[in-house]
Amino acid sequence: MSFPVEVSDLSKSFKSGARSIQALENVNFKLSRGQVTGLIGPDGAGKTTLMRVLCGLFPIDTGEVKVLGLNATTDAEEVQSKVSYMPQRFGLYEDLSVQENLDLYADLKGLAVEKRAECYQTLMHLTGLAPFTDRLAGKLSGGMKQKLGLACALVVPPELLLLDEPTVGVDPVSRRELWEIVYQQVEETGMTVLLSTAYLDEAERCAEVILLHEGKVINQGSPEQFSEKLQGKTWLIESEQLTPRQLQLALSKRADVVDALIANEGVRVISGSTEVASIRKSFPSSIELKISAVTPIFEDAFISLLKKQGLHEVKTAIARHKEKTENANEVIIEVDNLQRRFGDFIAVNDVSFTVKRGEIFGLLGANGAGKSTTFRMLCGLLPLSAGELSVAGVDLRHAADQARQKVGYMAQKFSLYGNLSVIQNLRFYASAYGLFKEKQKERIEWAIEAFELGDYRQANAKELPLGYKQRLSFAVALMHEPDILFLDEPTSGVDPLARREFWARTNELAESGVTVLVTTHFMDEANYCDRLVIMASGTVLAQGTPLEMKKLAQSDSEVLPTMEEAFIYLIEQQGEDG
Amino acid sequence: MIDAARYQRLSGLIRKESLQIMRDPSSIAIAFVLPVVLLFLFGYGVSLDARNIPIGIVVEQPDAATQSLTGSFEQSDYFSPFYFQTIQQAEKALEKHKIDGIVWLKNDFARALFSKHDAVIAVRVNGVNSNQANLTLGYIRGTWLSWITHYAEAKGTELNMPIQLEHRVWFNPAVSSRLFLVPGVVAIIMTLIGTLLTALVVAREWDRGTMEALFVTPLRNVEFIAGKLIPYFILGMASLFLNFFLAIWLFKVPFEGSFWLLLLTGSLYMLVSLAVGLLISVMAKNQFVAGQIAIITGFLPAFILSGFIFDINSMPPAIQFITHIVPARYYVAILQTLFLAGDVWPVILANVAALLIMLVIFTRLVAKKTRKSLE
Repeated sequence: MSFPVEVSDLSKSFKSGARSIQALENVNFKLSRGQVTGLIGPDGAGKTTLMRVLCGLFPIDTGEVKVLGLNATTDAEEVQSKVSYMPQRFGLYEDLSVQENLDLYADLKGLAVEKRAECYQTLMHLTGLAPFTDRLAGKLSGGMKQKLGLACALVVPPELLLLDEPTVGVDPVSRRELWEIVYQQVEETGMTVLLSTAYLDEAERCAEVILLHEGKVINQGSPEQFSEKLQGKTWLIESEQLTPRQLQLALSKRADVVDALIANEGVRVISGSTEVASIRKSFPSSIELKISAVTPIFEDAFISLLKKQGLHEVKTAIARHKEKTENANEVIIEVDNLQRRFGDFIAVNDVSFTVKRGEIFGLLGANGAGKSTTFRMLCGLLPLSAGELSVAGVDLRHAADQARQKVGYMAQKFSLYGNLSVIQNLRFYASAYGLFKEKQKERIEWAIEAFELGDYRQANAKELPLGYKQRLSFAVALMHEPDILFLDEPTSGVDPLARREFWARTNELAESGVTVLVTTHFMDEANYCDRLVIMASGTVLAQGTPLEMKKLAQSDSEVLPTMEEAFIYLIEQQGEDG
Repeated sequence: MIDAARYQRLSGLIRKESLQIMRDPSSIAIAFVLPVVLLFLFGYGVSLDARNIPIGIVVEQPDAATQSLTGSFEQSDYFSPFYFQTIQQAEKALEKHKIDGIVWLKNDFARALFSKHDAVIAVRVNGVNSNQANLTLGYIRGTWLSWITHYAEAKGTELNMPIQLEHRVWFNPAVSSRLFLVPGVVAIIMTLIGTLLTALVVAREWDRGTMEALFVTPLRNVEFIAGKLIPYFILGMASLFLNFFLAIWLFKVPFEGSFWLLLLTGSLYMLVSLAVGLLISVMAKNQFVAGQIAIITGFLPAFILSGFIFDINSMPPAIQFITHIVPARYYVAILQTLFLAGDVWPVILANVAALLIMLVIFTRLVAKKTRKSLE
């Protein structure tokens, strides 16, 4: 039996101005029939390019791509009429209703009129869209759009289904439902599915995983095969005397530790060997460590594979140690019954919380939960409709420049000037914050050193790799040594390694007394926060430490749920109450 | 079987496009509201004719002849005369922009009237606005000539004028600018629908990522192009009918040509501007850029270089040359001919031929550029 997809020696590059970007390099793989294969890799790994090549949408430089026995380059039209493809933004017409979108794709894919009623009924039932058939696609929530996109791709069950990042920007509940639908289809029709994702935890749902990084296939195999190699090298280290953050900081600097990640009340560690005695010995005897073995997961394999690729070592020591203020319990940010309306729509309703000095405080929620709106009000970018807030004792919207000097802000879309070089960006922001002459020079040198931007001094910001863009943005926000740092989705679209780097730096800042307020839709990042609020449809669902959140969702079993499971639980609770 | 599937795909696409047109207020505005606004603007608001030009008349020695002459200035639609005792007073008023010109009937008017050498009347006009000055001068001369002809006939005397002018304006006897502006507006609207609207909607498919999804279906290139062209073609033709109706009924523009010819040439021009719109959108792939290009290469030339407002023959040769690549130029010529002159075959055939050549060139380019590929 032939393989539904066979790719051999595929290379593909793009021209961007004078530079040529190698998107895919010598890619080889085969897909097995009738199963779900995950195409996993960080953003910019080449996932979308590969998907488009498989659909015959891109010409290739070298190699051969066979899809359903056809050559995807020369028989592109044939391939396109046989596969189903859901592009990143679902390919929906927002000004057409659910039904009209379905009709369009049914027409395009040649579904006979007499078969439609039955087919639609099944699909609507499957996706739970039945009550919304007359609603415009643009007015659906992200999760419903995603399901409609999938329904359109499944109008005529294809032999091969290609889904490009179907779960990006969608809440965990919808993500889970999408996986259920996909598996049901695979079982019923025996179709082959290739699904790309940047979420590493989704790898474990796939029968097989292709790991893509910087345009190259690093490895292919079942998720178990990936994690097997780390058997006996993964640990949970806990300590009564140290906070998880302090523990993580200490562990991550060791050469025999591949990865250290805050998890629950301890630190999850991948060690270089199956031996952990050396780690235990490195701590003073006064500190008691509880080390227990844990089962390796896909992410562990991913990180250790990529670190072996000779990737950057995290360099910390970025914070200029300020004297820790004595009143460590001082409340820095206070939010009271915050509300924001846009016309009839209440984007944020009745949100209250406080943040203390030196805390990392998280706002967690899916897209559209009201995180960014809350954030903008805190930064003084958006007036409140009702309620009160103070940041360092003032409302930034009406505060003098001096108060603003205390605050650093990193926007969601890195607000860098793409056609200015790294140095020019730094210089501009330094002067915008009122740093001149010697002081400016000093801070710029600091930024370049602490964020390892030395190799890119003269490079234009838009040409930087994503991880470096994030570093530069972060550096810019810290130019004036703020006391309070606002980070809006700082890790969105950044690969797991860069995310770890980012959190290492943030941890260190917090340890030096900087208050950090951060929004994220990565549930696992909640573990880095001291305290957090979980938001959904504009309201606060729960508030507390990560551990408290998980305990809320803990059932009778001994096992503590993950942050994502806790989140899903809380959302479902709200649904039942409402 | 294959044909049935093809028909189904095409009709699905057309249905989708029509729904989108109906739900998008901007398409409706461009096709049906803008024509009305433009027609009103050019029909009522903008006029290149001079009416009620304020002129000063100085009569130094009133008699029957001067009275008769001033009477014909009074009756003319072109003038609203003011009377002054002396030329000095009139010149002051001219300086203060109260009047645009002076007609000076000196005290020997009656004697000089039929003499061979003497100037009979003196005319001064404010030359700041040269266009207006020429018009005023022309109208004064016209009024004078027609008066003196009638006057001489009535007296039964022969005129001793060195040159006799005989005026006759063809096709637009009233020399009303509205009559040639209104057909031009029709061309502008069709350019907007064909080029701007189409460029925007196709670019929107790229912007929103729906193009990618459409490509990975059995849909063929030709079907995609047809699916875009047909609905907008119908929209453009509907707008043409509306324009035609408004022009004839509201602005009383005469229609001398034949209706089927209007329909045929209209379809041809619509196709040309749709092809231009599609070409822009496949090359720009971004709504903002597509909009800018469509305005700069489609709309503005149709406005300025088509002969709609500015006469092509009075442009510098280099600009005249450029107008040859503006499709609207040929259609404006056809429309003005059809409305004001009738089926003048040599004019219509030459312009239709030019449009056909453009259609072939642009559709070839579109077909070449619209490949089902994202690069």
